[in-house]
Amino acid sequence: MARINRAEVERVALLARLSLSDEETDRLAREFDSFLGYIETLQEIDTTGIAPTAHPISLPTPTRQDHPAAAMDAELAVANAPETVASGFLVPKVIDTKAEG
Amino acid sequence: MSKGVGTLRELRAALDARETTSVEIVGRCLQRAESSQATLNAFVGLRAEAALREAEESDARRGRGEVRSPIDGLPIAIKDNMVQAGEPTHCASRILEGFISPYTATAVEGLERSGAIVIGRTNMDEFAMGSSTEHSVNGPTRNPWNADRTPGGSSGGSAAAVAARIVPAALGSDTGGSIRQPASFCGVVGMKPTYGRVSRWGLVAFASSLDQIGAFARTAADCAWILEAIAGHDSRDSTSIPEPAPAYSSALSGDVSGLRIGLPKEYFAGEGVDAGVLTAVREAVAELERAGAKTVEVSLPHSRYAVATYYAIANAEASSNLARFDGVRYGHRAAGTKGLNEMYCRTRSEGFGTEVKRRILLGTYFLSAGYYDAYYRKAQQVRTLLRGDFERAFEDCDALVTPTSPEAAFRLGEKTSDPLTMYLSDIYTVSANLAGIPALSTPCGFVDGLPVGLQILGPALDEVTPLRIADGFQAITDHHTACPGDFA
Repeated sequence: MARINRAEVERVALLARLSLSDEETDRLAREFDSFLGYIETLQEIDTTGIAPTAHPISLPTPTRQDHPAAAMDAELAVANAPETVASGFLVPKVIDTKAEG
Repeated sequence: MSKGVGTLRELRAALDARETTSVEIVGRCLQRAESSQATLNAFVGLRAEAALREAEESDARRGRGEVRSPIDGLPIAIKDNMVQAGEPTHCASRILEGFISPYTATAVEGLERSGAIVIGRTNMDEFAMGSSTEHSVNGPTRNPWNADRTPGGSSGGSAAAVAARIVPAALGSDTGGSIRQPASFCGVVGMKPTYGRVSRWGLVAFASSLDQIGAFARTAADCAWILEAIAGHDSRDSTSIPEPAPAYSSALSGDVSGLRIGLPKEYFAGEGVDAGVLTAVREAVAELERAGAKTVEVSLPHSRYAVATYYAIANAEASSNLARFDGVRYGHRAAGTKGLNEMYCRTRSEGFGTEVKRRILLGTYFLSAGYYDAYYRKAQQVRTLLRGDFERAFEDCDALVTPTSPEAAFRLGEKTSDPLTMYLSDIYTVSANLAGIPALSTPCGFVDGLPVGLQILGPALDEVTPLRIADGFQAITDHHTACPGDFA
């Protein structure tokens, strides 16, 4: 039985903010199925009581004094943005007031 | 084409003997980079004017007796995923089209401080996701030994540039083998230091718990010079190792006698590995034994789970890291969209290539509600077991030796239609990233005219032992001096 279907790929694509063509969705569903089959070999291993590794080299969380310091110039920081206003990033309207009625 | 450039040490000696100038060397590198571009496609951008100006400054320093380091005035290339102020960084992706960095990566700063001269940026798989440098918006890079073959990846441009004698050294990044596998395919030395040894500040993030910057060169000793320039603590990277980096080059003695070298039996079982590769690696082990090293069989019992563990973790981290490419702060933004969500979706769909989308989707799936424990957390637990395997193995030996890749360079297009086959080509390299340990690849022979790499792995924080073994191996063999015929 397939582990993953088109609807599942579409659900994940929405979470990842990607829009896929029908052809891409079909292909990815097939590929995911074979890949997940491979990843599932991990279920053979008993990991009861094994702590997960998030970072391979254990280090204490570094701390520093909270001193103010110079930050990147605002104009420079937005210089790569596709659209700006003053020294800010310009984005499409986030909340559609009409839809809220 | 002008004559191939020498090693860092050859060039340093020529500068010190006043036989040449930095301007002359850098000029020759730029010329070779341009004339090889149609064949290799190793570079995505050259900074000719700036590099020649910096070479003039270096020549002036040397004239005043103010040489900053052994690599002052010497040329280097950097992978297209590390930033340099005022220069483009595209990660071989459409989504970063037009990006000019406002700051410089710590590793690149280290090169600048040492007086090394960045001549340009090298091609790579998009966002370092790939093992062949075919997934690039700039088209594939080709292997200098055979233009029908890939240079490996993802740092394929850096490996090809060093192999083709365009530059004596280059920086790459290694998340699952992206320095060592291309080094193996192109017949050069490539080293990934311990996780955290080189700051990740200014390296475009792929999988943050695995990413590490490292160096390509033609000898282990040259690699050591580059590492000395880029390694060390950096407070801007919270996973940076606090201890100072060792003085790598002074630890190289050319002598391997008395060192205990572990041979993981799972890597030598002959399953899924090319017979010629295995023969070359066994001969290399015999050479090391003749030079006085002792070998011992060890076991890394969870090795067969490494690729599955790696791709679960790397894709999950990638899906999170690449969320930042949203068309707001930099790079591509889709035109004519309505509302924020459509802007995000269309920008990302237009900007990312097929392999990057595939990995983001898989990673998002692994992290999504209901699957997190089964995939991501499970893989993190297996990662703990893999680390334990290495800790136990290093109780019996000073370093491990394995093939770097199960095969020599594969053909362009051979694996692009089957992602899983491509992923399996990382089978011998991903474990070092999962365990965070240092590992390098050094040339150890040929199969059908294509280079074979010997992988040498050390315990965490110990880059010196693998470098010392590679240096000792190079003292008694000449595989690392072989040059692809078209690039002599």
